[in-house]
Amino acid sequence: MKLLTLNFLTCAIKACKSSPASFPLHPRDVELEIVESDINLPFLKNILPRLMWAELRTIAAELGLPELPETAPTRDHLVEGKEEAKEGEEVDEVPSQTARDLHRVLLETTVKEGKLVCGNCAHEYKVMEGVPNFLLPGHLV
Amino acid sequence: MSIAHTQGAAYEEQHVHSVYEQIASHFSSTRYKPWPIVERFLKELPDGAVGADVGCGNGKYLATNPRVFIVGSDRSTNLVKIARQHEPHASIVADNLSLPHPEGTFDFAISIAVIHHLSTPARRTEAVKAILELLCPPSHPGGGGRALIYVWALEQKDSRRGWDEGHEQDVMVPWVIKGRSQKPHVADQGDPKNQVQDKTFLRYYHLYRKGELERHIEEAGGEVVEAGYEKDNWWAIAVRKS
Ligand SMILES: [Zn+2]
Repeated sequence: MKLLTLNFLTCAIKACKSSPASFPLHPRDVELEIVESDINLPFLKNILPRLMWAELRTIAAELGLPELPETAPTRDHLVEGKEEAKEGEEVDEVPSQTARDLHRVLLETTVKEGKLVCGNCAHEYKVMEGVPNFLLPGHLV
Repeated sequence: MSIAHTQGAAYEEQHVHSVYEQIASHFSSTRYKPWPIVERFLKELPDGAVGADVGCGNGKYLATNPRVFIVGSDRSTNLVKIARQHEPHASIVADNLSLPHPEGTFDFAISIAVIHHLSTPARRTEAVKAILELLCPPSHPGGGGRALIYVWALEQKDSRRGWDEGHEQDVMVPWVIKGRSQKPHVADQGDPKNQVQDKTFLRYYHLYRKGELERHIEEAGGEVVEAGYEKDNWWAIAVRKS
């Protein structure tokens, strides 16, 4: 499971969703795996405004990953030498170091094994072979 | 949780979830061609849109548009393991009545051939509500999200199954895995040494009557913006009212 996924996940228990403590879920006892993939600059640019930056920083810190910058990068930060480039030259854009770092953290860093813990109710969701499981036991549905 | 709700969940566990878990790889090998309405819906999305595929199965719709980001979910771990291969998307195991997503975050959602597997009217309406709750509300600065829901139709007299108006709506539908090669359409069934018994699994379906999906959407607090019939299925695109 890529870390980007955590940007869109919370506790599956309905009563937790209204509590701010249920987001983000906290990875615990995890085995991380780097799964390399080609960087997709348009995708990164598109996803950027959707990132819950403060929460992602927390997750990165909890996992002992290199610290993310305090404020979210802008789209221009993701492109090398953006200021010299002409308009409409998307295909020739070169990803900046910031873009490569972001790609590394969000898309290439994956949780292989471990659990995701709700900060509100402390329920633990297992991740096995890279697949998080949010099925709840009957009494919690 | 009501008794009907608990019984519905137990019934679906036996007659839907455990079946898909067992037929996952064979089912997946037959599910690769996207339906045109779904393909159109996904391809028309703006670049960078973020959405959910509720009941994503083997993830065949995750491959349709790589310029959006989709979190696919399914009850079947075996199907999710197949769905995982589709980059740049994500796949998780989850129940469609207890989805682990923050409310009001997605630009779009699809749920294709899923809610017809829920065994009571209340649970089907609840499933629609759960999908609508994922969507950005109309008050969102970027506009409200849209959901595409697709269900099997009762009215399909020209299909192989031949159901039509007047038929029982709650049906058990067989899924047959041919004995020998685990593939459909084996050519050499005539050879006795190749004969191994077929295995039949029965899945529960509620076949939707004309107008029924739209009614569920309204009961769930949604508004239908477009709806229609495509090859044995009813479909509707819905938004949240508030
Ligand atoms: Zn919780």
